[in-house]
Amino acid sequence: MAKRIDVSGLTAYYSAHKAIDDISMTVEPRSVTAFIGPSGCGKSTFLRTLNRMHEVTPGGRVEGKVLLDDEDLYGSGVDPVAVRSTIGMVFQRPNPFPTMSIFDNVAAGLRLNGSYKKAELADVVEKSLKGANLWNEVKDRLNKPGSGLSGGQQQRLCIARAIAVEPQVLLMDEPCSALDPISTLAIEDLIGELKERFTIVIVTHNMQQAARVSDRTAFFNLSAVGQPGKLIEIDETERIFSNPSVQATEDYISGRFG
Amino acid sequence: MSHAVVTDKRPSTLRGASLPKWFAWATAAGSLALAVGIGLAAGLHSKVQWGLIASILFVLGTYVISAKVEGPRQAKDRVATSVVWVAFLLAVVPLVSLVWTTVSRGVKVLDGYFLTHSMGVVADDEVGGGIYHAILGTAQQVGLATLIGAPIGVLTAIYLVEYGRGKLAKSVTFFVDVMTGIPSIVAGLFILSLMLMLDMSYFGFAGSLALAILMMPVVVRSTEEMLKLVPNELREASLALGVPKWRTILKVVVPTSLGGITTGIMLAVARIAGETAPILLLVFGGNFINSNPFEGPQQALPLYIYQQYGAGSSAGYDRAWAASLVLIAIVMILNLAARGIARWKAPKAAGR
Ligand SMILES: Nc1ncnc2c1ncn2[C@@H]1O[C@H](COP(=O)(O)OP(=O)(O)O)[C@@H](O)[C@H]1O
Ligand SMILES: [Mg+2]
Repeated sequence: MAKRIDVSGLTAYYSAHKAIDDISMTVEPRSVTAFIGPSGCGKSTFLRTLNRMHEVTPGGRVEGKVLLDDEDLYGSGVDPVAVRSTIGMVFQRPNPFPTMSIFDNVAAGLRLNGSYKKAELADVVEKSLKGANLWNEVKDRLNKPGSGLSGGQQQRLCIARAIAVEPQVLLMDEPCSALDPISTLAIEDLIGELKERFTIVIVTHNMQQAARVSDRTAFFNLSAVGQPGKLIEIDETERIFSNPSVQATEDYISGRFG
Repeated sequence: MSHAVVTDKRPSTLRGASLPKWFAWATAAGSLALAVGIGLAAGLHSKVQWGLIASILFVLGTYVISAKVEGPRQAKDRVATSVVWVAFLLAVVPLVSLVWTTVSRGVKVLDGYFLTHSMGVVADDEVGGGIYHAILGTAQQVGLATLIGAPIGVLTAIYLVEYGRGKLAKSVTFFVDVMTGIPSIVAGLFILSLMLMLDMSYFGFAGSLALAILMMPVVVRSTEEMLKLVPNELREASLALGVPKWRTILKVVVPTSLGGITTGIMLAVARIAGETAPILLLVFGGNFINSNPFEGPQQALPLYIYQQYGAGSSAGYDRAWAASLVLIAIVMILNLAARGIARWKAPKAAGR
């Protein structure tokens, strides 16, 4: 199921503006990789290049290679739609479809892709909601609108929606930044469970969170505002937080821990 | 200096002197009475003039009294409030009087017979007759126009919001803007010139085509606004699930804004239902029931009103007012239906 991602020489632009420059890294399967770094250094941009969502933004352009188990996502003839159903994404703000019930939200990926068997749908929805630790809270109101849930529940609903299409990689862009500590904890626990099945990449502004949930951590930085973001280093999370090899990483981490 | 005075006047710094709640009403009544007095004294006959004088007195009086008692900041606040009220009344008074006039004159001949009979056997200066043929014609012409105009308008808006980049989108937007300004008579003449080229004569569908031209830009504009209100996050959420763009638009974007889109279409329908000029040019009107919009002249409500009023007989006037009442009622029902649909289709919030 879970796949390895190999990025080499990746540069991304917004029209003429170069947002990230020449990034190379490997994301290991069945593990959690955390991206940390100051705002505007291109963490979200880089994350979105990993499932070809970057080009959805007008002017968005990418150079370089992203190999998913040896297959280049940006190779000629690759269908971005297929890439996105292989590499799922969870956004910063919970964004359930407002016209759909909880059930329909989770089933949306399958239904809208048109690739499902009716009989299996209920099973998939139940399995995904259980996988997102939400089943017990919503099983009696599957037909209620998804927007009626709390923020934390909505975010878990979005995770359930993302894993319902059985992706191999799950990208999360600050999934807890709009949530309270308890919901955050619920999602962190969930990430620990999900990494058994998926390759997970998570962007976070919260150092403790990166230290708690991730196996490897990548630190991004930019030399000045307006300059493109760069990957400074990527290593085992423990090493990054105890003994990073680059001074800038240590400064950033210790500055935050203060 | 004034500082000291203020502190003297106000024992509490948080609670200043304030006028009682009935102050606004009292000022309104006072200025109205004064305006009537001035109007009578000066020999002004027009009630409109009295009203204008009352409005000015109301705003001025509010300011002067409030500035004396409460201070200049509250006075400005009160003036802003009263200007809003006056503007509201100025807008509402003509509307109410229009509805009142139409209802009081319209009910005279409005009954079941009037709604279910045509003018087939009635001369314009005789009493009797009805508007069945006009209602039928309006329904068919407007219905066909909507069938053409609404889908094209909605699809154009989807193109502009979801796909449109660069020159083509810019020029489409420009043409939509130009079309918004087309006078209805010009739309009528445009279709008429086509009809003359093809050697055809009056029929209902020709009117529908002109109405569709008038309807399209309105639908494009309102649909565009509604689609722009759909948060980008929903599109991205759907795309990130591996849903193709066209299905995302069809299943996520349009359903989310369906209430607003429908409301826009209904309002456009209401707008073209009252168009007279293209109908006069292209459908011609007439006194008989013609249920085939593709052949022969047809009547329509606005044209019926125009022709009955033009006939100059008192029976004609009565019928014109009754038909106006029916037309207003139809437009009102469409508007209410639009609101109902908008409420019903709006994305549902918490727990309901
Ligand atoms: N939609 C966009 N259009 C143009 N520039 C953008 C857009 N989104 C982000 N950027 C720019 O790209 C750079 C990286 O932004 P982002 O990836 O959001 O950083 P981060 O997620 O690390 O805070 C910033 O300089 C930002 O201004
Ligand atoms: Mg970001």
